[in-house]
Amino acid sequence: MDKKRRDFLKIAGATTLAGLGGPAVVERLVSGTSPAQAKAAHGAETHGVVSEHEKENAPTGRRLGMVVDLRQLKKHPELMEKIVHACHAQHNVPHFPNKKDEIKWIWRTEFDKAFTEHSHYHKDKLTIANDVLVFCNHCDEPPCVKACPTRATFKTKDGIVAMDYHRCIGCRFCMAACPYGSRSFNWRDPRAGLDMNRINRHFPTRMRGVVEKCNFCAELVGLGKLPKCVEVCGSTRAMIFGDLNDPDSEIRKVLKDNFTIQRKPSLGTHPSVFYIV
Amino acid sequence: MFEKALKGNKYYWMWLAFLGTFMAIAAFCYVRQFHYGLGLTGMSRDVSWGLYISQFTFLVGVAAGGVMLALPYYVHNYKVFGKITILGEFLAIAALLMCLSFIVVDLGQPMRLMNVILHAQPRSMLFYDMIVLNGYLFLNILCGWVILTAERKEVKPPKWIYFFVYLSIPFAVSIHTVTAMLYCGLPGRHFWLSAIIAPRFLASAFAAGPALIVIVALILKRVANFDVGKKAVDKLATIILYAALVNMFFVGLEFFVAYYSNIPGHIHSIEYLFFGLEHNGHVYNNLVPFMRMFVVLFVVGVALLSIPYTRKRSDFWLGAGCTALFISLWLDKGIGFVLGGFVPNPLNEITEYYPTANEIFIVVGIWAMGGFVLTILYKIALGVEHEIEA
Amino acid sequence: MYDGGKIIPGLIIFVLFITFPVWYNRGNAGAVPQPELPKKFKECVLPYADMRAEHMQLLNRWRDQVLRTGDWGFDVKIGDTMYQKSLMNTCMQCHTSKKKFCDRCHTYASVKPYCWDCHIAPVE
Repeated sequence: MDKKRRDFLKIAGATTLAGLGGPAVVERLVSGTSPAQAKAAHGAETHGVVSEHEKENAPTGRRLGMVVDLRQLKKHPELMEKIVHACHAQHNVPHFPNKKDEIKWIWRTEFDKAFTEHSHYHKDKLTIANDVLVFCNHCDEPPCVKACPTRATFKTKDGIVAMDYHRCIGCRFCMAACPYGSRSFNWRDPRAGLDMNRINRHFPTRMRGVVEKCNFCAELVGLGKLPKCVEVCGSTRAMIFGDLNDPDSEIRKVLKDNFTIQRKPSLGTHPSVFYIV
Repeated sequence: MFEKALKGNKYYWMWLAFLGTFMAIAAFCYVRQFHYGLGLTGMSRDVSWGLYISQFTFLVGVAAGGVMLALPYYVHNYKVFGKITILGEFLAIAALLMCLSFIVVDLGQPMRLMNVILHAQPRSMLFYDMIVLNGYLFLNILCGWVILTAERKEVKPPKWIYFFVYLSIPFAVSIHTVTAMLYCGLPGRHFWLSAIIAPRFLASAFAAGPALIVIVALILKRVANFDVGKKAVDKLATIILYAALVNMFFVGLEFFVAYYSNIPGHIHSIEYLFFGLEHNGHVYNNLVPFMRMFVVLFVVGVALLSIPYTRKRSDFWLGAGCTALFISLWLDKGIGFVLGGFVPNPLNEITEYYPTANEIFIVVGIWAMGGFVLTILYKIALGVEHEIEA
Repeated sequence: MYDGGKIIPGLIIFVLFITFPVWYNRGNAGAVPQPELPKKFKECVLPYADMRAEHMQLLNRWRDQVLRTGDWGFDVKIGDTMYQKSLMNTCMQCHTSKKKFCDRCHTYASVKPYCWDCHIAPVE
């Protein structure tokens, strides 16, 4: 082998190594600015030596959250179906009869499925009778965002865990990472499960091969409106929406006045959705 | 050197045609899947990874297993592995190509694959998996080719290649460690959330990879007049035996932690895999036969490899032992590990996964592709060896 | 050159084959498409030439600003009216026909943007 070729290979090897390590370092420097820093793990159990409340930093941005009042949902038995339907109609979520193809953003489930960490020895009447609405928790420490290799799922400046369907490669790593089962995959063309004459013409559908989930109605909230589910609840106030980092917000008042629980708080995901039982 | 792959007897061509048929069927099935979507597979909202990703996980191990030859030969100058090491390097190439294929067929939007580089997310383990898998593939192609070329010219390999040879050793460990980290860093999947996953993957890899190499070496001895030497195979059998035992030890530890701690989340998946999980009066157990077969074949394989008569006197029984262990480890990691992690789902519901025919044909086709590549690479390597001998 | 008698004719055939579209149309690019512009509105987000050349970059930029930065508001001024950065809710409100506006050029240029896999074209 002649000298030039050997030199070339040496340089090529060195640049390859630099190339492998370089981007990671740069990314590290650029990122690391998580907007909503307050954890506000409310109620439920606290893990670790320092309690979550003590750790609470000064809020640096908005962190949108939700309180679901299960008492109100019980009082208005028709409400849950209405909410689910309104959400799915707003976002053109397809309906497939085959469970294998199922896509859902918000759905009704039993209490012990939503709260798997709670003890159920001799359940009280309320727990047995009460179903729960579950949807994306818009965690402050979302495992799905960490898992996504393309930043197709990410946290917005309002603390919403959003999806960029243009970018998703459909690897479904986020589905494995989500501890709440909040994510659905488009196993087939979603338009096959929609009545294209009755869809919401102001919101897109998805295409096959991407993951989707509740977006906290970013398209409505961005215009200063309430999420669809909250709007449907109306005066029942079964769902309360607002900025968890704003001490004067309605949601903060509700959190202060009620005992609330979160789903799987021990996992450190810091859900932004709270439940009043 | 490629010309060596173009000359062969009729059995060589028949074998390639046989594999090629399955590859063609898989290509057809993949076109169907590409147009319809992954709905043509048995995967669902609850079991969102299926055979594709489980095969990928297993084959990363097979690729990494080759390091059990490279390490003694290159680092400890263990001359006995002189002829067999190239088999390990070329096996890694074939296995990695299968891995990458399994990733691609599993993507919902394969055309956007490059987004992983374009919009790289260095917090994602998949980002690092991409780097180490492609890096290891590159290293193996480079080292295998340069060393084989030198051998053909009957000169010593150039010194610079040893930098890459040594680099490939930590890379081999890293590919399986990072692949384990895809799973063991996910909160809320109790079966995967275990610090022992990476060492367990490595142990299983260091048994499965070499087991396949022994099987292939025994076949090559019969059909290609290529003997890697009795001592090399015997040493490899020892490595396989210990690695398999360590893997089983780790599996046993998982059992202990789950059942002694009595934490339901830790028990559920193991219960589902080995005994069947009861839920609302129905017992879900479609993976139980596979996992029990894993244990049975493990015992059979270990017995055949540890009894002196079956291990040393007879190629047949040695081959049978390695085959038993290889299948056993495939059932463990290539079936149970990935699929079991999805049961129960995060809401404690159970959905069982049954792969579809279309999906199985794609899986078989990618394995055939691996065999195809492996055959050609070995044909070239053996051609060079025979050329030197002649 | 060995086998020159085979290689050179082979190369010629190959070049002819891949340039087939050019000589089949005798260098004629065909009739230039005329996308139908909205009758009621005269002004767009950018001047005509810029829109024609850069509408795809603009749409990509809008997409990232809305989806990733969260600028959902009405901050695009066309004439005296403020609009959202939105393909469905702004562009297609004036350009009411995808077939007569988008498709004419896209078909001619043989580009297949995947916008409409998700976004919903106006009813025609």
